[in-house]
Amino acid sequence: MRLVILDNYDLASEWAAKYICNRIIQFKPGQDRYFTLGLPTGSTPLGCYKKLIEYHKNGDLSFKYVKTFNMDEYVGLPRNHPESYHSYMWNNFFKHIDIDPNNAHILDGNAADLQAECDAFEKKIKEAGGIDLFVGGIGPDGHIAFNEPGSSLVSRTRLKTLAMDTILASAKYFDGDLSKVPTMALTVGVGTVMDAREVMILITGAHKAFALYKAIEEGVNHMWTVSAFQQHPRTIFVCDEDATLELRVKTVKYFKGLMHVHNKLVDPLYSMKEGN
Amino acid sequence: MRGGEGPSRAPVLQFTNCRLLRGGRLLREDLWVREGRILDPEKLFFDERRLADRQQDCGGCILAPGFIDVQINGGFGVDFSLATEDVGSGVALVARKILSHGVTAFCPTLVTSPPEVYHKVLPQIPVKRGGPHGAGVLGVHLEGPFISRQKRGAHPEAYVRSFEANAFHDVLATYGSLDNVCILTLAPELDRSHEVIQELTARGIRVSLGHSVADLRTAENAMQSGATFITHLFNAMLPFHHRDPGIVGLLTSDQVPPGRHIFYGMIADGIHTNPAALRIAHRAHPQGLVLVTDAVPALGLGNGRHTLGQQVVEVDGLSAYVAGTKTLCGSIAPMDTCVRHFLQTTGCSVESALESASLHPAQLLGLEKHKGSLDFGADADFVVLDDALHVQATYISGERVWQAEVAGQ
Repeated sequence: MRLVILDNYDLASEWAAKYICNRIIQFKPGQDRYFTLGLPTGSTPLGCYKKLIEYHKNGDLSFKYVKTFNMDEYVGLPRNHPESYHSYMWNNFFKHIDIDPNNAHILDGNAADLQAECDAFEKKIKEAGGIDLFVGGIGPDGHIAFNEPGSSLVSRTRLKTLAMDTILASAKYFDGDLSKVPTMALTVGVGTVMDAREVMILITGAHKAFALYKAIEEGVNHMWTVSAFQQHPRTIFVCDEDATLELRVKTVKYFKGLMHVHNKLVDPLYSMKEGN
Repeated sequence: MRGGEGPSRAPVLQFTNCRLLRGGRLLREDLWVREGRILDPEKLFFDERRLADRQQDCGGCILAPGFIDVQINGGFGVDFSLATEDVGSGVALVARKILSHGVTAFCPTLVTSPPEVYHKVLPQIPVKRGGPHGAGVLGVHLEGPFISRQKRGAHPEAYVRSFEANAFHDVLATYGSLDNVCILTLAPELDRSHEVIQELTARGIRVSLGHSVADLRTAENAMQSGATFITHLFNAMLPFHHRDPGIVGLLTSDQVPPGRHIFYGMIADGIHTNPAALRIAHRAHPQGLVLVTDAVPALGLGNGRHTLGQQVVEVDGLSAYVAGTKTLCGSIAPMDTCVRHFLQTTGCSVESALESASLHPAQLLGLEKHKGSLDFGADADFVVLDDALHVQATYISGERVWQAEVAGQ
């Protein structure tokens, strides 16, 4: 893996956004060649989305030939509920960029047949040629998407019941009222994300530090599903200092020492403008 | 027979780089319009999977719901209370001219007049949608003749009358027809006002208290009978008294029927109401404040003599008096001037000032689902304002119907 450690949340968000920007531009997307991006929700990626929007508004990055697949969506929450992931993606990303609505895929948590919806999602990913870069986060319980502790490491898109840790972490978005938090969600599986050609996990904040430690310094374990990516050929973990608090000094020093190598991935920052 | 319609193929317009007045706040959001209505872009994105067909950059301006003037007696030489063969042309002229003031809908107002005038004029002022031809007519505001002789203000004494003889029958006989009427101002101390107010309210007409010497008790009873508005607060009524606040006391009355509150018109032209009085009213009950122009035919004309109802008025600067007296008889300040003056004088928020000229009058008339707001589904009647609240452009049903001249072009 690459472990990219930045000083703070803003710098980590910016590094991640630059990386995504460069990957898209270097891919040279076009009419017959779409870049497929997997996307997360939550508070961690907000800074990254803001930077991507900035690059778009500056004319440096277009999402015209990008297809996106979100990781998950709550079940039973009306699509226009302010806390649904559809609302999140619209307000924090889609409405500010030029993506074609037909290319923005999010699981429908109100589908009549939930498993069929999940199967169709897997099919859409396949038809799009697989995911070039799957961006994700990590839960305090070490989950990727809603693959709660105990999820199969080869799982596919399916319906999951949320663990108490996740419900507690989500309560802040529902007026602190646990009874208002949805208890089920549709989510891509660990296997689904593992199929992506590249994976980038964003982890910021001290409250995620223990999960990061479990994910990269201990073994592959279905109780900490992010650990599955130890077996992926191309994974990048982008963190801030606080997220490394539970790691060994040795691990942190080693990867910080590699920053000059990592930074070559984001500097120079490419642009889609003419003449660049 | 297929149930439900397919998605509309009509073009979608996106107004960008602007601040919208929505939910009482100025938000940095784009305004999306289709088929004359405000559209929910999130639904468009996820349901119809469409983007806008055309974008319009608003240069960082404020987009507010179009202003609604519920008390305007005429303007540009036109007097709505003058019984001619072609009242329609006069209304149309004013409707077109006030677009430049940011007004997208209004209530032509008739002052105290003899029955012949009402019988002739009322049928000629139908409710009408706005458009490039002018602001929409929401209905007529009848101010009089069932008012207090003592507080008639500029209204001609000869035609002031009561309905004590036959209550609602007198009302119908006087006006002829109430079909095009949406607001009626009367003095609640008149005998049998309770019956009249009830009957008018049952017909969906907003009853307003004004030109009256009613005490608070009488005013409260009138409100319980259905009255929901006060015509130009402070003017043509008893002054506030600490042991009987009169009609003014309705702003803080505890006798308001549950779920309702009183609306009150204010002329914020800098002349009709002392700034301190304006601030007292606003602070006591900001949600009910409705900015009105109470503009007279001299609006938009220069200094000199002009007619209003059955009388002659004298214009001097921003003031208009009954000729030969010191009695004010309506203002000549355009609506956008009133909004700016109101903002400056009360120190209220821009949002509050804008809502007082749009949302509140719409709520008064029960039209808030389609008018007075920029909520999804509302009519796309809006005004583009710079930071100082000067009108840059006016839109009705998503179509630009007026635009300020750009300097140097």
